[in-house]
Amino acid sequence: MIDRVRSTRSVGIAGIAFGVLAFWLALPPFTIRAAAVPILIGLVGLGLGAAALAQGEKKLGGFALAFAFLGILGGLWAQGVEKSTLQDVLTAGLLASTLRFATPLAFAAMGGIFSERSGVVNIGLEGMMLTGAFFAVWGSIWSGSWVVGLLMAMLFGALLALIHAFFSIHLRADQIVSGFAVNFLALGVTGYLFSDLYSSGIQTSDVSRVPTLSLNFLDRIPGIGAFLHDVFGGLSLLVWLMFLAVGLTYFVLFRTPLGLRIRSVGEHPRAADTVGISVYGIRYLAVTTSGMLAALGGAFLSIGFVGTFSENMTSGRGFIALAAVIFGKWRPGLAFLATLLFGFGFALAIPLQREAGISENLVSTFPYILTLVAVAGLIGRSIPPAADGRPYVKQ
Amino acid sequence: MSEATPSEPPPEAGLPRFTGIFYERVGGALVPLAATVLAFLIGGLVVLITGHNPVTAYRAIFNGTGFNWLFPWVTGDERRIAAKDLQETLRVTTPLILTALAVAFAFRAGLFNIGGQGQYWVGFMTALFVGTHLAGLPRPLHVLLGLAAGIFGGMVWGGIAGFLRATSGAHEVITTIMLNWVAIFGGQYLYELGGPLQGSNASLPRSDVIDASAKLWVWWGTFPGLHVGIFIAIAALVVYTLILNRTTLGFGLRAVGFNPDAAAYSGIPVRRSYFLALAIAGGFAGIAGAIDVLGFKYAVDTSDFGSGIAFTGIAVALLGRNKPVGIFFAALLFAGLQVGTSSRNLDPAIFPPELASDLSTMIQALVIFFVAADVLIIYIWRLRRHLKLRQPLKEEPARP
Repeated sequence: MIDRVRSTRSVGIAGIAFGVLAFWLALPPFTIRAAAVPILIGLVGLGLGAAALAQGEKKLGGFALAFAFLGILGGLWAQGVEKSTLQDVLTAGLLASTLRFATPLAFAAMGGIFSERSGVVNIGLEGMMLTGAFFAVWGSIWSGSWVVGLLMAMLFGALLALIHAFFSIHLRADQIVSGFAVNFLALGVTGYLFSDLYSSGIQTSDVSRVPTLSLNFLDRIPGIGAFLHDVFGGLSLLVWLMFLAVGLTYFVLFRTPLGLRIRSVGEHPRAADTVGISVYGIRYLAVTTSGMLAALGGAFLSIGFVGTFSENMTSGRGFIALAAVIFGKWRPGLAFLATLLFGFGFALAIPLQREAGISENLVSTFPYILTLVAVAGLIGRSIPPAADGRPYVKQ
Repeated sequence: MSEATPSEPPPEAGLPRFTGIFYERVGGALVPLAATVLAFLIGGLVVLITGHNPVTAYRAIFNGTGFNWLFPWVTGDERRIAAKDLQETLRVTTPLILTALAVAFAFRAGLFNIGGQGQYWVGFMTALFVGTHLAGLPRPLHVLLGLAAGIFGGMVWGGIAGFLRATSGAHEVITTIMLNWVAIFGGQYLYELGGPLQGSNASLPRSDVIDASAKLWVWWGTFPGLHVGIFIAIAALVVYTLILNRTTLGFGLRAVGFNPDAAAYSGIPVRRSYFLALAIAGGFAGIAGAIDVLGFKYAVDTSDFGSGIAFTGIAVALLGRNKPVGIFFAALLFAGLQVGTSSRNLDPAIFPPELASDLSTMIQALVIFFVAADVLIIYIWRLRRHLKLRQPLKEEPARP
């Protein structure tokens, strides 16, 4: 029986592999230019997927079908594009820019995971990011130091999160409504202060920006050194902090007693309460942490990247972070991968538009469609923490 | 998601079904009124702290709304300007009522439709398509077709979320947020330079202007004037009430909203209700988009997609507590705020308009917070009633 399951699984996996191969052969370094190649290889993948499906391996079989189909399309499309264009699009710089796009999303997504794992839905991530973006600039101009900018971002992100926490934990207001109001409030407050304080605009030279780490030693590594240097050599300090935040989020949530408490409060608050865990305390802590992390993501946008603030500059990134949380099934590692995927989508959109004339707007819809597909259960069900969004009433 | 653990808090407090609380009639219009007054007071405080005079600022905003047209002592030029402002306010009120209905209708079935934005834009674009692609039709027919296309587009967009909720249980808050962005970026793609629906001017990221036969009738004032959309919105308020209170469908939806398990037990198709609730809700938002394009926008530019009219619609629904009359007045209030703080209507010498528009966003946020927090008041009130009910029960055995 087990052998049979294994063999059907491997059939499905082979189908996926053929699908990927169909696309990959059309890309550098192979760059095969014959329409028959992706079609034939893709058809093999389709066949294997169908076979796996027929033997009851629904998930992998479906995957294989999808991959093979996309592989054919992708392969044919890539063949229609000039060889040099592909080389211009797929560069090491693309990976670096993927990381830059993913950083604010990853910070906010980690924040979202903290909050939602503790049972408080946080659609206010967007507002908390925006607050962080503004107060980072404000603190940085006021003190002349980016460190103060980051601290101010975290402080005000935490304050906004506290409002959300108070309304959703103590007042038991609907958490979605409260999060929604948080977004509105942040938009109004940051816009108001921005217009009031910087009516003549912000001079980027006045803003102390988060430094970039130049890792020149990477270049000296033989073989892949140049590539590594192009990807990791010139990233903002905040990108590295983001890696740290992802690691810490995983560590705290799954390797410490505190994390166990956060998760238990989010899964079954009554049980947690019974064993003496302060449900309210843990939730306040988690939501506040979430605000600080989201604010750091916003700070990356303002003082880590462009060096200024503009009204509503987060423009929906908080919602993409939320999407990444769901896409990543409320797990730090998977959510981080999701932000990388979304970041890659955004990073790819620019050179695709420039080199291949594919609409940046069209590519921008993919993260959202992917998330729709994910929540619809096509890529395995995405199940939230059991008590997510439920206020807890002490007894 | 419906399999709640037995020891959970009252189910109406949970995310999928927080409905019950919102329909308590406690306080009636009093709580929203108090929330509004409180929000304006705090907004005034912010104005004061940042060194402006709140009274003159609010008066200037009020005069910018055109509501002063209603005062008989406003005459001459002032009255003409007021009429023009009021026309604009009512023009903004129209989509606010309809997008608020999109939220309220789904609310009654226990669903939170954040997707008004996407549904609005899809309705806008389908109506625009009909308006630009069916030249030569007689006017009433072209207008009706445009409106119908808008409803259809909105229904499809809302229906996707409803379908996903019904079939896979995907939470509508998430799916509608995602669908919003798909509609916004998708719309920008359609009309961008080289986009598939870009207008005949190849250098502009704009659609064509709709045919004259598809334009809504203007009944008050000259260009741009006030189109008949406001009557459609008022009719929609009536339709909303009728569907919910006078039809089997509405009865089923409300039953599902109150308690999906009980509704299912009594034979109401819960999944079908979810789908229909979101599809019809989408229809309301869709016709809002259709009215905007057929009424005064006439075309779309890719930069238009940033407008957050439907997000304000959510605030309207919350403040209006999903009641037709409440939604009407809440929409008037928020439309007035938006028009009164626009740079065209507010004298920068009295209060900077760029501050004022952010101030109105802030006030909206505060209103939502206070309306949401009234749950606390209701909760205490209900607890008290529960306690009162319990006491005589305890005493009962003692009676002879």
